[in-house]
Amino acid sequence: MSVAEVSVENLCKTFHVGKQTIQALNNVSFSLKPGQVTGLIGPDGAGKTTLMRLLCGLLTIDSGRITVSGLDGATQAADIQASVSYMPQRFGLYEDLTVQENLDLYADLKGLAPGQRQTRYEELMKLTGLAPFTGRLAGKLSGGMKQKLGLACALVVTPKVLILDEPTVGVDPISRRELWHIVYQQVEQAGMTVLLSTAYLDEAERCAEVILLHEGKMLQQATPAIFSERVQGRSWLVSSPHLSNRQLQLKLSQLPGIIDALIVQGGVRVVTETADISFIQPSFDAATSLQTKAITPSFEDSFIDRLKQHNTDTGKTAITAHIAAEHPSDEVVIKVDQLKRTFGDFIAVNKVSFNVNKGEIFGLLGANGAGKSTTFRMLCGLLPISSGHCSVAGVDLRHAANQARQNIGYMAQKFSLYGQLTVMQNLRFYASCYGLFKKQQQARIQWAIDTFELEPYRNTNTADMPLGYKQRMSFAVALMHQPDILFLDEPTSGIDPLARREFWARTNALAESGVTVLVTTHFMEEANYCDHMVIMANGTVLAKGTPEQMKQLAQQENQPEPSMEDAFIYLIEQQMNKQSARQKQVSTP
Amino acid sequence: MSIRRHLLLIIALAIKELLALLRDKKSRMVLIGPPIAQLLIFGYAATFDLNHITLAVYNEDPGEASRELISRLSGSPNIDLLYTIQHESEIKPLIDNQDVLMVVHIHPQFSADISQGKSGKVQLILDGRNSNTAMIALNYTREIILQLNQQWAKNGLLHGPPVILESRAWYNENLRSRWFIVSGIIGLLSLVVSLVVTALSVAREREQGTFDQLLVTPVHPAFILIGKAIPGLLIGILEASFIIVVAVLWFDLPFRGSIGALYLGVFLFTLSSVGIGLMISSICVTQQQAVLGAFMFLVPAVILSGFATPIANMPDSVQLITYLDPLRYFLIIVRSVFMEAGSYNLFWPQYWPMVIIAITTLTMAAWLFRHKMY
Repeated sequence: MSVAEVSVENLCKTFHVGKQTIQALNNVSFSLKPGQVTGLIGPDGAGKTTLMRLLCGLLTIDSGRITVSGLDGATQAADIQASVSYMPQRFGLYEDLTVQENLDLYADLKGLAPGQRQTRYEELMKLTGLAPFTGRLAGKLSGGMKQKLGLACALVVTPKVLILDEPTVGVDPISRRELWHIVYQQVEQAGMTVLLSTAYLDEAERCAEVILLHEGKMLQQATPAIFSERVQGRSWLVSSPHLSNRQLQLKLSQLPGIIDALIVQGGVRVVTETADISFIQPSFDAATSLQTKAITPSFEDSFIDRLKQHNTDTGKTAITAHIAAEHPSDEVVIKVDQLKRTFGDFIAVNKVSFNVNKGEIFGLLGANGAGKSTTFRMLCGLLPISSGHCSVAGVDLRHAANQARQNIGYMAQKFSLYGQLTVMQNLRFYASCYGLFKKQQQARIQWAIDTFELEPYRNTNTADMPLGYKQRMSFAVALMHQPDILFLDEPTSGIDPLARREFWARTNALAESGVTVLVTTHFMEEANYCDHMVIMANGTVLAKGTPEQMKQLAQQENQPEPSMEDAFIYLIEQQMNKQSARQKQVSTP
Repeated sequence: MSIRRHLLLIIALAIKELLALLRDKKSRMVLIGPPIAQLLIFGYAATFDLNHITLAVYNEDPGEASRELISRLSGSPNIDLLYTIQHESEIKPLIDNQDVLMVVHIHPQFSADISQGKSGKVQLILDGRNSNTAMIALNYTREIILQLNQQWAKNGLLHGPPVILESRAWYNENLRSRWFIVSGIIGLLSLVVSLVVTALSVAREREQGTFDQLLVTPVHPAFILIGKAIPGLLIGILEASFIIVVAVLWFDLPFRGSIGALYLGVFLFTLSSVGIGLMISSICVTQQQAVLGAFMFLVPAVILSGFATPIANMPDSVQLITYLDPLRYFLIIVRSVFMEAGSYNLFWPQYWPMVIIAITTLTMAAWLFRHKMY
């Protein structure tokens, strides 16, 4: 039995923000076994980052005890920092320094002897694949490369304990895979103890152990398998040849006894309260010929099951939109043709073309920095186009009359309402902007408050609301004037799985009622919600079609049922092969 | 949309802008802190008047005339006689160490010369390192000696000088520099506040992403502009009114002209500063840039306005630039209203350039709103 490398006993931490007191951590106790990867998982605001910062001695402890490598966290914080490496959520890189200069800086900070540097640098560059880029400015690296450099900097001196705060968020699947590879190699080679937080629940299954944190309290520490046992025999795949997945999900999620209904490949993934699913049959017509299949439960199933118990607020209020139910028609609403945008010599969006039909959910998938938001901003008329064309409902929004914007709703990636104004003040203001006054205004505001359950926050400054409510509020503003076309830029980034489900339920309902939705995301599995989609990387479109078509692209003998992530990796690798082939052609005359 | 709906929209935009400004503790401080601090600093500390001229006397003359001269000098409320010295070598260290501003050296024959009806000789040594102060001290001393001359002439001791200069300062009878400076602050402060408030407004929204959210609504940029201009205008006019009241009630400035003419000036001046602020704001991406931009405009605008130094003293080419400065026009109006009872008809040459500056800057700001996005 090995001694715990990190142990935490009855840890508490509170913050005071203005008049509010926030209990970030409440009596948390756990220990990390040496030489393995432990995942730290929980919704936003659960206290993950606070916990990590406490472990590194960057915050002071209110009460409780932290021991790292036998050192006491309260009195020997400086010594702890020498044996712990921490990679914060926003990488602590200097964007104006080159890759090499960043490494040198961290080597200096960590006091790595000059004689040892060369060999360590070579190891790290080989590991991260950054060797060809040592002279490049860190600010000019792609999102994935930045994260790898951040990790390399944290590993300049082999630490005993490595703490990584959401290292893979927003990073493309290939870089994610590589990051995990590096982490595991370090664990095996150096016997490092790793604590890693993540928003991707599928990554939990790659951890040896998982700590589940919720509202500052620790719910459970166990292996992923033990977590999954909890929902054993309660996970199902439901499908019907006659109903779309979206309609099926909409209906299932309203049924009592269903804990979770999620659109996945080939149907709707359902978690039931008991080990019996036959009760759903009477709610459907015999003609729908519903098929149910028991499947292996995932960590996510158990996570949702666990959190729903703690969360009374289920957010099942559906949106009833004003447009009569119409199914996706062939009418093209959004047209993008050879769209290009450059910033200096950087091509952010390169000859992107696609069409979006009325009443469909159209997804733009890609990692951070793929050019999704830039495309969006051009479509909404917020950014001038370098070349090419785009039109929304037949007009170019940059040059069209202002009234044309009455048709669109826009939700920016970053929370972008007035933080110093209350919910009511914001709603009133945006209603006025959309020409809603007096009675009409009151009616729509009441609708927004009711639908998005904003009542308790009426007079709260929007900046002080929890993240999930901020997102609801942004969605409410985007829908204030009942637009026919919705632009949603990374609506699910940074929000927890429960809020994501709630968001998609609302979006599905809107699409069902005929609203055209254009959405960007870096969560590959969210592609299953889309009718059509494009996959973007480095400003170009890699592929377009239905989610099924995408997956078929990647279908191979060794991969009979590829996931969306597999498809994405396949497409990127293909592009890289093409590029290297082209380079060979150029070099051989 | 009907006119009524346009009006409702503008009101909603202006209310939003005011709320965003007033609900934020930091921006509230910007509105209250600097005006009060500047008013106190300028009102009390910034003065051209010399109240404490430090003096040393080196009197080699034992006579009665020299004693009378010295008592006149030391009796002046503006002059402090600090040292009476006995030797010429003591002069240099006193001036060098800035112990005294000037030394009066009275010739041994002074009283004897005066009593014989000849000119007495007095030497005045001044610290010329600050030429402005030295000039003022020289003038004070000259004035005292002139009065002494006249007195002696009346007593028949001397023949009176052939010409006597009787000076009268109109409008500021006692030439109090506070009148000049406090009236100038009215312009200076409402410029600073309305400029900073508007310069930050668009940049703040850009930084927080709210500007995008605003630009995807059907609201026309012209309305956004009006919505942003109104709070700047209101706040600028309120600040100006506050200082006008303080100037009259606290600093005892006279108010001799037409209040309507002054407020027409305040309105046009604030409008042009709001225009400049919005123009700066729509060029900048971050608030930091906006603050820097505002100060890049402010410093030359104050220097070129005639706030402290007369425009007429500037080189011709620089004088041409001052015509672009709204503060130049407003200072003429405000000083004239306070001190010389100026009214509308006198101010047309000041009003219309401000109208042109306001229209030009506001139009450019509206254009830049949409076109300058990166």
